[in-house]
Amino acid sequence: MKRLINLIVNNKAYEIAVAPNRTLTQILREDLNLLGTKEGCGIGDCGACTVILNGRPVNSCLVLAVQANGCNIQTIEGVADGNNLHPIQEAFVEYGAIQCGFCTPGMVLSAKSLLEKNPKPTEMEIREAISGNLCRCTGYQKIVEAIQAASKKMKKK
Amino acid sequence: MKDFSVINKRLPRVDAWSKVTGEARYAADLSMPNMLYAVLFQSPLAHAKILNIDTSAAKKIVGVKDIVTYKEAGTIRYGVSPARYDETMFCYDKVRYVGDEIAAVAAIDFETAMEAASLIKVDYEELPFYLNVFDAIKEGAVPIHDDYPNNIGAEVHQEFGNVEDAFKECDYIRTDRFVNKKQDGGFLEPQACLAYYDMNGNLTLYTSTQTPHYVQRTVSMVLNIPIGKVRVVKPYVGGGFGPKASANTIELAASLLSMRTGRPVKMVMNREQVFMHSRGRHQFYHELTTGVKKDGTIHALKNTCYLDGGAYSSFGIATVYYAGSLLGAPYRLPNMKYDGYRVYTNKPACGAQRGHGGVAARAAWEQQLDIIAGELGIDPIEFRLKNVREKGEVTCNDFNLSSFGMKECLEAIRDRSDWKNKKGKLPKGKGIGVACGFFVSGAGYPIYRSETFHSTAMIKLSEDGGTVELYTAAAEIGQGSDTVLTMMAAEALGVRYEDVKIYSGDTDFGVDLGAYSSRQTLMSGHAVKQAAEDVKRQVLEVLSKRLNIPVEDMDIKDGYIVFKKGPVDFSGIRSYYIKEHRGWAEQPSDDRLTFKEAARIAYIERGTIVSTGAYKPGELGGKYKGATVGTSPAYGCSAQIVEVTVDMETGKVTVDKMTDAHDCGFAINRTNVEGQMQGSLSMGLGEALFEEVKFDEKGRVANPTFGEYRIPTALDMPNVNTIIIESDEPNGPFGAKEVGEGAIMPTIPAILNAIYDAVGVRIDELPVTSERLYNAIKEKERKK
Repeated sequence: MKRLINLIVNNKAYEIAVAPNRTLTQILREDLNLLGTKEGCGIGDCGACTVILNGRPVNSCLVLAVQANGCNIQTIEGVADGNNLHPIQEAFVEYGAIQCGFCTPGMVLSAKSLLEKNPKPTEMEIREAISGNLCRCTGYQKIVEAIQAASKKMKKK
Repeated sequence: MKDFSVINKRLPRVDAWSKVTGEARYAADLSMPNMLYAVLFQSPLAHAKILNIDTSAAKKIVGVKDIVTYKEAGTIRYGVSPARYDETMFCYDKVRYVGDEIAAVAAIDFETAMEAASLIKVDYEELPFYLNVFDAIKEGAVPIHDDYPNNIGAEVHQEFGNVEDAFKECDYIRTDRFVNKKQDGGFLEPQACLAYYDMNGNLTLYTSTQTPHYVQRTVSMVLNIPIGKVRVVKPYVGGGFGPKASANTIELAASLLSMRTGRPVKMVMNREQVFMHSRGRHQFYHELTTGVKKDGTIHALKNTCYLDGGAYSSFGIATVYYAGSLLGAPYRLPNMKYDGYRVYTNKPACGAQRGHGGVAARAAWEQQLDIIAGELGIDPIEFRLKNVREKGEVTCNDFNLSSFGMKECLEAIRDRSDWKNKKGKLPKGKGIGVACGFFVSGAGYPIYRSETFHSTAMIKLSEDGGTVELYTAAAEIGQGSDTVLTMMAAEALGVRYEDVKIYSGDTDFGVDLGAYSSRQTLMSGHAVKQAAEDVKRQVLEVLSKRLNIPVEDMDIKDGYIVFKKGPVDFSGIRSYYIKEHRGWAEQPSDDRLTFKEAARIAYIERGTIVSTGAYKPGELGGKYKGATVGTSPAYGCSAQIVEVTVDMETGKVTVDKMTDAHDCGFAINRTNVEGQMQGSLSMGLGEALFEEVKFDEKGRVANPTFGEYRIPTALDMPNVNTIIIESDEPNGPFGAKEVGEGAIMPTIPAILNAIYDAVGVRIDELPVTSERLYNAIKEKERKK
């Protein structure tokens, strides 16, 4: 039996009928076609499906769509302003923080969530904030450098 | 130093923008109208005869469109090496590991397919199963494959020089054993594919693969479709590291189901299935005996290795060679003997993984060399410097080191890590260690015997002259091949980076053997460079005719025509171009003739300007059996220093600092080279300290999740001081060679050697968990 839920995703309101066992990842990807949210494990281990839910980064695979009823959600598709990349995205591009790119959307959202709360994080705070986002390609160093650079850039603005 | 406009710089990746905005599409993101979803039915048993497969109940589920088993799929054998084709799409006589594929179900949605698959009934007759090498080769063990009665699927016996005689000439000989654990690729994107067989009999397969070419061949062979009718397209791939370098069952099953239903069929592995499919790093049991002279000259090496291969060969026949052939090469070792055995067991098949075949051997030997240096009272770096080979030398197994910056790597890390003030001088619990690495820069021969080119490339200039379209079948899997090939095309042609548009990873674009054996920068790079140079020649020929200037007096650079012998009056061409192209954007106005103008005129003169490039290595290596594995047009090398802290109370190892130097010949993109080094070190750190695929007593993967199988997080990896060494490889395009895999080689032994420096114990079994190290420290204390 489907239930009707209301979501605000990337500042747009949606009313969706969902089966109670559907995860937020599935709804975002399959119902809203927001395919930038990736599924790497489906059980909350890898962080590839990270979205920002009411201001907090969450593994969207661990959130049932019905639990997200009434929530405000930001996915990777909502981070850039049109063709203008967010400073975190700019820094990821510039610093070589991207390789295969599968962890990148989740990584960017975890970083964004961190910098919104803590605009001047230490390296250790950055590493802690992204420790739930696994990356097999980069060894994390260039991701950390990119987040540090974004932090500086955002402060100037 | 040559003057380059594009290469050797830090440019952003060509795919960075689409990846950072979430626009990049991976296989699981694809869908088509009228698409079916399919799932696998896999064996719950490690080894059993199949007596009967009953799909009748599953077929009755509403929404099920097709179910296939070996009866529909046939039993054509495939695999990686034609000499060891030992897989079929579905099991027919027996299952050989937990996860072996028996059937696939296609339905209108995923849930329906899952429900139907749960209703498939198989009757089995259980057989004895073997979860380790030594049980599998015991007298009387049941063969896992009938063709290999003793369960040894491949063996290698090689000797170069005379090891027994050489040992008699040695002053110091020691034997050590070493074992690693099965490592998982740990790529973030599970395998996924979408197959569509259309009414014209063309199959298009979109799949998460490192090797579109090999997948195309396998699909064509197993499904008996002409190869020209099979198109394999690789969307963005979320990492591979080896396990995605061959065709898998979902690619074959989705293709078969699409042929039978006439509808697109999508299949996606879940993470547990990724662990079960595996094809990751083998478990290696090495026994190494090394003999040296008292001055520290390495004189002889005897290497015996048993590989736990799992249920199928996959890349294993190459792996068992690599575990011997690569080992001695960085050092002046005149005598080397190798005996390798790859053994079938009832576990997921192992295959190629970053540093194919050589990682455990390297860890074992570099630790042993550290012990030997210690016994002889020689500093481990000096010991290595004394023995390392240099450019132009040929190893005892006929590898030609056409460039080789090993000495430079060692000196760089020594000087940049304050080694002299740290080695042996750090407080208890802190340590520093060093090791070297070595790897091929592209396999010298394809996996199947053929005269085929290894890489082809095609360049077409857009008819307006403004854009260079580069077509290659090379596989961008995250390592950055699209970026470096774009950069090389721009450099060779003389245009800007942003003027080149790359289309890649599609078998319709040509032949490229794919992303494995660290081959793409060198091999695909050669093909691309050749195509770009040919386009340049064509454009300059037309210009030469128009301006009446010899081709050799002109060049193209940064998007402009260069007249080497001083200014040339090109106003005729300029006014012609402007007159003919009124209304076009960006009309040329500066005082230099642009490439765009020249390319447009070339089109007007000759029609569409197209060029091709193709590369294959010449004949390489020795003539002995197995000489093809390990030969390469070039060899990368590296050296690394690692500093650790060991918690004496718990045995926990923290890697504090890593200093890594890698000789990549010439860095096409410096940021990418560093990224490969840092990523390699991270994978090595994981294998050294915590990664281990475990099995329960029934042969099931006991930790098929990233919660239980831990790969390094941002809190485990320190920052790396990366040093790029450029030795200018004569066989590489612009002097470039590998970095993608060789960089992992020194990490594990450098960590092991640092642990010894910190706490005085040698660990000969990976991973170095807290428990293992704690017990070793206690054992040492007890012995005191």
